[in-house]
Amino acid sequence: MPANAQIIKDGAVVNDNWTLLADDQVDTTAITSQSIIPLALWQAEPSLQREDIGIALKNDIDLTAINDDLSNVPVIAIDFPTFMDGRGFSLARLLRERYGYTGEIRAVGHIIRDQLCSLKRCGFNSFSFNPENIQGEFDLKTMATSLADFSDAYQTSADTPTPLFRRRS
Amino acid sequence: MYKYDQYDHQILQERIAQFRGQTERFLAGDLKEEEFLPLRLQNGLYVQRLAPMLRINVPYGMVNSTQLRRLAHVARKYDKGYCHVSTRQNIQFNWPDLADVPDILAELAEVEMHATQSSGNCIRNTTSDQYAGINAEEVVDPRPYCEIIRQWSSFHPEFAFLPRKFKIAVTGSDTDRAAIQLHDIGLQVVKNENNEVGFRVLVGGGLGRTPVVGSLINEFLPEKHLLTYLDAILRTYNLLGRRDNKYKARIKILVKAMGIDAFKEKAEAEWAHIKDGPATLTDEEIARTRAFFTAPSYEQIDDSAVQAEVNALTTDNIAFGKWLTRNTFEHKVAGYAAVILSLKPTGVAPGDITDTQLDVIAELADQYSFGEARTTHEQNIVLADVKKSDLFTLWQLAKKAGFATPNIGTLTDMICCPGGDFCSLANAKSIPVAEAIQRRFDDIDYVYDIGDLDINISGCMNACGHHHIGHIGILGVDKKGEEYYQVQLGGRANEDAALGKVLGPAFGREQMTDVIDKLLNVYINNRHEDEIFVDTYSRIGLKPFKESVYAS
Repeated sequence: MPANAQIIKDGAVVNDNWTLLADDQVDTTAITSQSIIPLALWQAEPSLQREDIGIALKNDIDLTAINDDLSNVPVIAIDFPTFMDGRGFSLARLLRERYGYTGEIRAVGHIIRDQLCSLKRCGFNSFSFNPENIQGEFDLKTMATSLADFSDAYQTSADTPTPLFRRRS
Repeated sequence: MYKYDQYDHQILQERIAQFRGQTERFLAGDLKEEEFLPLRLQNGLYVQRLAPMLRINVPYGMVNSTQLRRLAHVARKYDKGYCHVSTRQNIQFNWPDLADVPDILAELAEVEMHATQSSGNCIRNTTSDQYAGINAEEVVDPRPYCEIIRQWSSFHPEFAFLPRKFKIAVTGSDTDRAAIQLHDIGLQVVKNENNEVGFRVLVGGGLGRTPVVGSLINEFLPEKHLLTYLDAILRTYNLLGRRDNKYKARIKILVKAMGIDAFKEKAEAEWAHIKDGPATLTDEEIARTRAFFTAPSYEQIDDSAVQAEVNALTTDNIAFGKWLTRNTFEHKVAGYAAVILSLKPTGVAPGDITDTQLDVIAELADQYSFGEARTTHEQNIVLADVKKSDLFTLWQLAKKAGFATPNIGTLTDMICCPGGDFCSLANAKSIPVAEAIQRRFDDIDYVYDIGDLDINISGCMNACGHHHIGHIGILGVDKKGEEYYQVQLGGRANEDAALGKVLGPAFGREQMTDVIDKLLNVYINNRHEDEIFVDTYSRIGLKPFKESVYAS
């Protein structure tokens, strides 16, 4: 069992059943049920457009160029090549707020726990950490507490569409 | 001034708890240095040449006496008894201990101050006109909108990891004291023919390595659309801005590469989706925020009578008269004036201020200016609402405390970054250059004869001293390990924003005062009556200055 077989999902630590095959050159024979595959491959192979196959997005994707219906895709993974590259935050918001996507949006690649609260606010609901990136103890349960770093926020966001100024009493 | 409610307090408390945890993890070795870096920057903490530097936001320059006293306390308790007013109206401490920073932030939060996003690749503190709300030609007070932007930008979940830093400035006057053309986004609050409030929106201005004057993206954005429009611009930048080269990552590079028309099309296509959505400002929210910036209880004063009294005092006190000329600013309310406390006496690093002086300013603000003060991007402090009948007393007290140097707007009122004495990015020292110029030109009559002159000094290309927009700009450069200084002429920060032109090869530090002297002589020999330095430059061009300075 690989070391990152657990993820944070919907606030809890759970076993991960998905395999991420994000490489563009992925060997199609490696694709099994519960694989997350590159968008281009998914688009090219209608046979892969099924409820047990997810999509991996690179963060330079232009979402407006996707004409496919993604609403039945079970999971969309957005890559963070480095935690300093914040494009994924905008992409998740667009998927939720513009395209109405309600499935799982997963942050993969290099994220840090200190981003969890913002990632969640942008629409991510699952988070896959690479244990090799973690300097301290790899304890997802402790890390997940960062999801609740803030109990409220000023702005409109994917999880709280009404900004604070419309809720202030 | 804005007052926090329970939401503001709670969100800020949660931020401090978050940063306390991050600091503890870092000190315990559980958080990598490169991962802690952006987290500490977004809480104001740089690691400088000698020690950490903590930058505290002064939102749009507004600070009250309670906050000034708390800053004085922090300077005493956690630092070496002084701090520094930056060119973006913020306060910087130069010697805090990393482990103390969460406690400092907690102490500041009690008085509604923070260091949120004062550094890092995120939306920085919004700056404004130091005379907001009190100058007669202002169309709309920009401060309520600055506060709305402060809240919108604070902990914005989408824009904490932008390609690069992002600075917004807002003015409400045609006379631009906020340099809105030189910010990532510049906003001018205006009214249209139907008397509706909106914004003239500029995008893609900035200094740094590639100075650019901003482009107009929207002539009139109705006020209710402010936040959705900002969201659209920021989202476009976040998705399309370059991330491969930090020197090409600011929005100005993206706007230049796409062209303003294409950028506008893209941003407004994004805006079309969120326009009129929940982030659209409500009349109630605008009214709520405006209510924090109403006029204080001014007295009814006969202006001509009190002005006559003030004038009479200048007859026997020439120094008071000089101070009045340079260090006060006309107020829109009869019988009142704004007073500028100079943080540029000779021998003190420009913008530096001691704990004792902060306490004195707090006292003066309480006594003479409704308990409030303002920081300026020229690195001075303004008491905005002083009765003219108090000016003489205030002058005497300011003099005693060391900030009545009557040099505002003159050549000794230099804008200057901390430079190589403090900053690890600097190529050269800047403070000693400023000091040498102040010492050389210590004849106040000569300085007054020269009149309005902006000298801006940066210790490196990052341009914290805004050298591109000084009438005379000085840039520290490194030549094979030696410190040299390049001189630029003709920059302007105001509504006629212009970037300076390089005079020629750089000079050694010891040459700098002679260079300035020669430049001033060219001006004196060529000026028309009432023409300030930069206007003479614009008329006669670079050549006469160049010939004089480089003549063998």
